[in-house]
Amino acid sequence: MAKAILQLGDLTCPSCMTKIQKAVANQKGVSDVKVMFNAGKVRADFDQEQTSGEDLSNVITELGYEVKKLKVKETA
Amino acid sequence: MMKLNMWIQKHQNKITGLLAVLIVASLFFSYVVKAELLATILMIIASIIGAIPVALHAWGALVNKVISIELLVTIAVIGAFVIGEFEESAIVTFLFLFGSYLEQRTLQKTRSSVKKLTQLAPTQAELVDDDGNVTTVDVDDLDEGDHVMVKPGGQIPVDGKIVDGTGYFNEASITGESAPVQKEDGDSVYAGSLIDNGTVTIETSSVGEDTTFGKIIELVEEAQDSQSPAARFIDKFATYYTPAVLVIAALVWIFTQNFELAITVLVLGCPGALVIGAPVSNVAGIGNGAKNGILMKGGNAVNSFSRIDTLVLDKTGTLTTGKMTVSKMDTFGTDATADMATLAAVEKGSDHPLGHAIVKYVDAEGIKDYPEIPEFDTVKGQGMIGHDTEKEILVGNEKLMQANGVEITKENRKSINDRLDNGDSIVIMAINKEIRVITGINDELRPDAFDGLTALKKAGIQRVVMLTGDNRLAAQRVAEKLPIDEIHAELLPEQKLDFVKDFQAKGHKVAFVGDGINDSPSLATADIGIGMGTGTDVAIDTADIVLVKSSFNSLAHAYILAKKTVANTKENIFIAVATVALLLLGLLVGIIQMASGMFVHEASILVVIFNAMRLL
Repeated sequence: MAKAILQLGDLTCPSCMTKIQKAVANQKGVSDVKVMFNAGKVRADFDQEQTSGEDLSNVITELGYEVKKLKVKETA
Repeated sequence: MMKLNMWIQKHQNKITGLLAVLIVASLFFSYVVKAELLATILMIIASIIGAIPVALHAWGALVNKVISIELLVTIAVIGAFVIGEFEESAIVTFLFLFGSYLEQRTLQKTRSSVKKLTQLAPTQAELVDDDGNVTTVDVDDLDEGDHVMVKPGGQIPVDGKIVDGTGYFNEASITGESAPVQKEDGDSVYAGSLIDNGTVTIETSSVGEDTTFGKIIELVEEAQDSQSPAARFIDKFATYYTPAVLVIAALVWIFTQNFELAITVLVLGCPGALVIGAPVSNVAGIGNGAKNGILMKGGNAVNSFSRIDTLVLDKTGTLTTGKMTVSKMDTFGTDATADMATLAAVEKGSDHPLGHAIVKYVDAEGIKDYPEIPEFDTVKGQGMIGHDTEKEILVGNEKLMQANGVEITKENRKSINDRLDNGDSIVIMAINKEIRVITGINDELRPDAFDGLTALKKAGIQRVVMLTGDNRLAAQRVAEKLPIDEIHAELLPEQKLDFVKDFQAKGHKVAFVGDGINDSPSLATADIGIGMGTGTDVAIDTADIVLVKSSFNSLAHAYILAKKTVANTKENIFIAVATVALLLLGLLVGIIQMASGMFVHEASILVVIFNAMRLL
């Protein structure tokens, strides 16, 4: 398992948050997603064998949000 | 499609600007030049350009099964377009986009205090490899065990231990204590603190989000998003409210056959200020706290804290600094220096906090040469006894003296009573059944305890209760100097917990203030647990509110801030509901149209944001 932390640009509409939350959660291998509206951050736990930090970053980019920074940490 | 989406997101502000130009030009042609056709064409272009970003947002949300405000606006704009009200449709989209631009700008302000905090996080480090070469790396690339070097004035990039060098550290960002602390080999240092002078090499124990500083930031970021009950209610309400507006508009159309009225209802029904009003107060309130070293774990904590009427405090480490100091040392032998040296020599070998205080005191008196002393045995709850061929040394409390037949003279008695009256703990040393030294040791009261507690009572705390494991007399001495209503002394941690439960059973809302380690059960059980004075992981984890600065003024600030934040949330909800009510009334009376309705809406959103900014 690994944890990805993505720093996005400023989020302004609460519905953006729901969109990102659902889109990332729907990816294979993603178990827990937290979108922090005010900090503009996304934290997601995922299985490296099924997806990667880059994949998650692409999903968010495709929704139309800028990903400024991606950090991946192995957790177990 | 995705590319277009992103491009539009990026250039939304320019699109808004373009809309403004088109609308002004159109109005100019319409009213000044009287070129009606050109004016209408410009409005049509403006409507189409303006509707695209709104419609894209609406679609994106709809795909995820969310009926958004954007959807209401999109339908209204298309409706207006269909019935040929191009001016209305252009102005509505412009106001909507301009409103979200202003919203974005003002929201940034409410988030600024936390941003400033995150910007304090270290980003780079000087990595020292095995050969002693130094390279600058990103902190994210560091691992446990890596050695990093920090030069004077530099920021500590990681949590770790000093392996080489000494220096003076400013740890204000972690402990709130701004006086520099000297640290050397083997001492722990924290990421985010600064080294005032000296150069050190640090062995990394944790990096980034795992450091104490990282945890503080994470906590605040999560807190800003964790909603108060009011905000959650509004959120839930909005998910039903928005589709309901859609249904109502459809019903209006069906029953009145008035299409224009129906689309106006769509615009007026937008829950804009309602959705943003409650969260924005929270963000501003929590942000203000973070700026002042008060970490409130979310809207729930703020809300419960504002309702607290009973404040329960631990004594040692909370009301007092937890640092033991000798208040007075009376000597009775012929050679005071020799007696003090003996006492210090005995205490040097003990781990007791009272012992440390004595050693420090004797050291400060300039007595450094300790005599040879015999082996000592510990007598539980009394002290220590040491024998050799010529003398017997007793160090401990009065019980130890009585148990060993030491005579307490009138002079001794007076000294003991003086110390007891001061609320001190007492350490007596007797040599061959004769008292040589009587020492009073005390725990310093926090300097702002009186002012802070007074302010808290003024702000609405009805009862202040002190619970302590310490003896009754010492507890009373502390309580006498402070506005404390009730004291319970000589308690075990479980008994403290029972008191907290008991207050709650009687219907009080209880806040417990403690240092977080032995008090964690009480911290967790109280309606609000407030960790104070440590900045340690335990305190951060268990408490609902963490005071980075161990001060009562910041406790009072936190309480007043929580009350203000809750009041602010209520004001915002009121403003939002009143706006919708007034708009509907205006619609019935016939003085509100689609564009003017949109204008009032956007204005109300700004009003609630500005109202929240008063908390910053």
